[in-house]
Amino acid sequence: MVRPGERVEIAEIRAGRGLSARLADMGFYPGVAIEVVSNFGRGPLIIAKSGIRLGLGFGIAHQIWVRTIQDKAGL
Amino acid sequence: MKREIKVALAGNPNSGKTTVFNNLTGSHQHVGNWPGVTVEKKEGKFTYQGTEVTVIDLPGTYSLSAYSLDERIARDFLLHETPDVVVVIIDASNLERNLYLLCHLLELGTNVVLDLNMMDVVENQGIKIDTSKLSRILNVPVIETVANKNEGMEGLKVAIVTAAENKRSPTFKIDYGKVIEEGITELSELLKDKALPRGYTLRWVAVKLLEADPEILENVESLPQAQQIQKAALECSARLERRLGYDLETALVERRYGLLEGLVRECTERHLGVERRHEISDQIDRVVTNKLLGIPIFLGLMWLSFQLVFTVGSPLAGLIDSFFGWLGDTTSGALEAIGSPGWFSSLLAEGVISGVGSVLVFLPNILLLFLIIAILEDSGYMARAAFVMDRIMHALGLHGKSFIPMILGFGCNIPGIMATRTLKSEKDRILTILVNPLMSCSARLPIYVLFAGTFFPERQGLVVFSLYLMGIVLAILVARLFKSIFFKHEVAPLIMELPPYRLPQARGVLIHMWERGSLFLKKAGTIIAGGVVLIWLLAYFPLHAEYASAQSLIGKLGSFVAPLLKPAGFGFPQAAVALIFGILAKEVVVGTLGTLYSAEGVALKAALLQHFTPLSAYAFMVMSLIYIPCLAAIATIKRETNWKWTGLAVGYSLILGWVVAVLIYQIGRLL
Repeated sequence: MVRPGERVEIAEIRAGRGLSARLADMGFYPGVAIEVVSNFGRGPLIIAKSGIRLGLGFGIAHQIWVRTIQDKAGL
Repeated sequence: MKREIKVALAGNPNSGKTTVFNNLTGSHQHVGNWPGVTVEKKEGKFTYQGTEVTVIDLPGTYSLSAYSLDERIARDFLLHETPDVVVVIIDASNLERNLYLLCHLLELGTNVVLDLNMMDVVENQGIKIDTSKLSRILNVPVIETVANKNEGMEGLKVAIVTAAENKRSPTFKIDYGKVIEEGITELSELLKDKALPRGYTLRWVAVKLLEADPEILENVESLPQAQQIQKAALECSARLERRLGYDLETALVERRYGLLEGLVRECTERHLGVERRHEISDQIDRVVTNKLLGIPIFLGLMWLSFQLVFTVGSPLAGLIDSFFGWLGDTTSGALEAIGSPGWFSSLLAEGVISGVGSVLVFLPNILLLFLIIAILEDSGYMARAAFVMDRIMHALGLHGKSFIPMILGFGCNIPGIMATRTLKSEKDRILTILVNPLMSCSARLPIYVLFAGTFFPERQGLVVFSLYLMGIVLAILVARLFKSIFFKHEVAPLIMELPPYRLPQARGVLIHMWERGSLFLKKAGTIIAGGVVLIWLLAYFPLHAEYASAQSLIGKLGSFVAPLLKPAGFGFPQAAVALIFGILAKEVVVGTLGTLYSAEGVALKAALLQHFTPLSAYAFMVMSLIYIPCLAAIATIKRETNWKWTGLAVGYSLILGWVVAVLIYQIGRLL
């Protein structure tokens, strides 16, 4: 779990085509650096990329895998 | 000769698109429906130097891959209707992501004008955008605007008209890199000479095939040699993925964003690197969307809103009330003086004036409610509310976004039901529609205000709040029940953009309020006025019977239904008739009581005090809340779903309304 204020990189989005395409349309895809604005475990959580704030509902958080430096962890 | 052109406005949600639309078209706009669906289509006109420009405001969208019903509409329009010019309106403070949509349109070969909106925000952030450079590289006209201050609109009009004359097709191309470009060329070769749907370019279809876009795959199916093309596309994608070493879709997305990132870097200069707007916004969000505080804050705001609606609205309502009282007296006085027949003066004074008057009294309350909803929407809080409620909504089997249609339902169930189109899953959508009538709309407010004001004058706000809360709780329970019977499925996950908080603009908020509030006025003039005249007729005839007495037609109708309502504590004809006519529109309940007791304001309250006890008054309010969606809502449910679901919506609410009202009355009597 990533704490609020932490910066991480999206490693992989383990979701169906529709969902990952949607996230990409909104500016979030593997390789993008994001900041976690608020995180309450399994959601909801807010992630940020420069000017964009995205609210993710309950249950999506664990589908987005992130990298801190080298290791992988569920958001 | 007058030239006519068609222009579409496209852009991400929250890019200020609707404000640009309002500025361009002023009052020359009308709202219709998109063919085949009931999504609002906003169309307007302006004339610039002899050219008549029809402007179409498309639903906000992030790309050309349709995710929800309204995005599909935007996509279909852009792909198939080929407007002369598409104005892409983007939030310039968020350049990169907003340009992504433009990228797709350029690939499609659309004649585009780029509108960089919210330039004031960009300047405040200490960022400078080199517009002419951006225009040069993209090879499209670029205009700067500040829509909420109405700046830059002349320039935009000129650009639109000029672009329509020039009919340029874009030259900007995204370079996907050697490997992918080879694949695109291969597929383009294969697609050549095939009858592609109108408006599609070879390159665009090739890219979409590589992306495995479901709709393009479907389109291809109708072509000759469809199987060959599909097979080639699959093979090509697999080969490219092997060579790239990772997911092809990600690669395509990456290339586009990579290019945009470079473009944005080249065309912008950041002076201070401050992000004040977001810093403040994030800080508010940490509190407002906090795990523990989020829901209490939401409930607090709702409670405050209702308090405001009543404390500010009620004195104004009093003024309107005295006006109609005076009007009724003066009219009947004047009519008697000129010797008009008694029945006519009765129709006008007791029927129309007291009926319509008793409804119009609530105009201030209703406008205030719509005003508050508009402020909550425009400030950005409404999106947070959906977000905060997602966890709870999820536990109930609903989607977090279902929450916004529910809140809109407090204003009126019809826009609420129509707003469900933003939901991706059809099952989520139907479920949200079914429970929406339980959201207590503003038409029910007059009933509450009248009864709560009469029977609970000290705790009016609290009583009304309890009814709204009861509506929500029942909606939750009903949703839960229907979910387990009809929709055993996973709820689609919630992803929603949270725009930075903004100070709502007075003009925008007032337009919003008026759009919805004027519907109420229109209803008061048509359905409600017609309804009360009908009621008056039924109360006046047959001639030998006393007005509205048990011998009148309406008295007989009421006496027939009344016994059914006895267990709920209001088993008398007037209440029964009021409820029956309330199906026309819930406001009619008050209008009917006003007509039947031929009284309004203080006199009507006195009449009610004779018939109801506080307990039966509360049961009556509960009944009015639940018992049936109004005629217009039923028609909307039918349009959005089918007869089966409409039947269910009507049926369950009749049963539920009666059961809850009876329970409250019976249990209340024991206490």
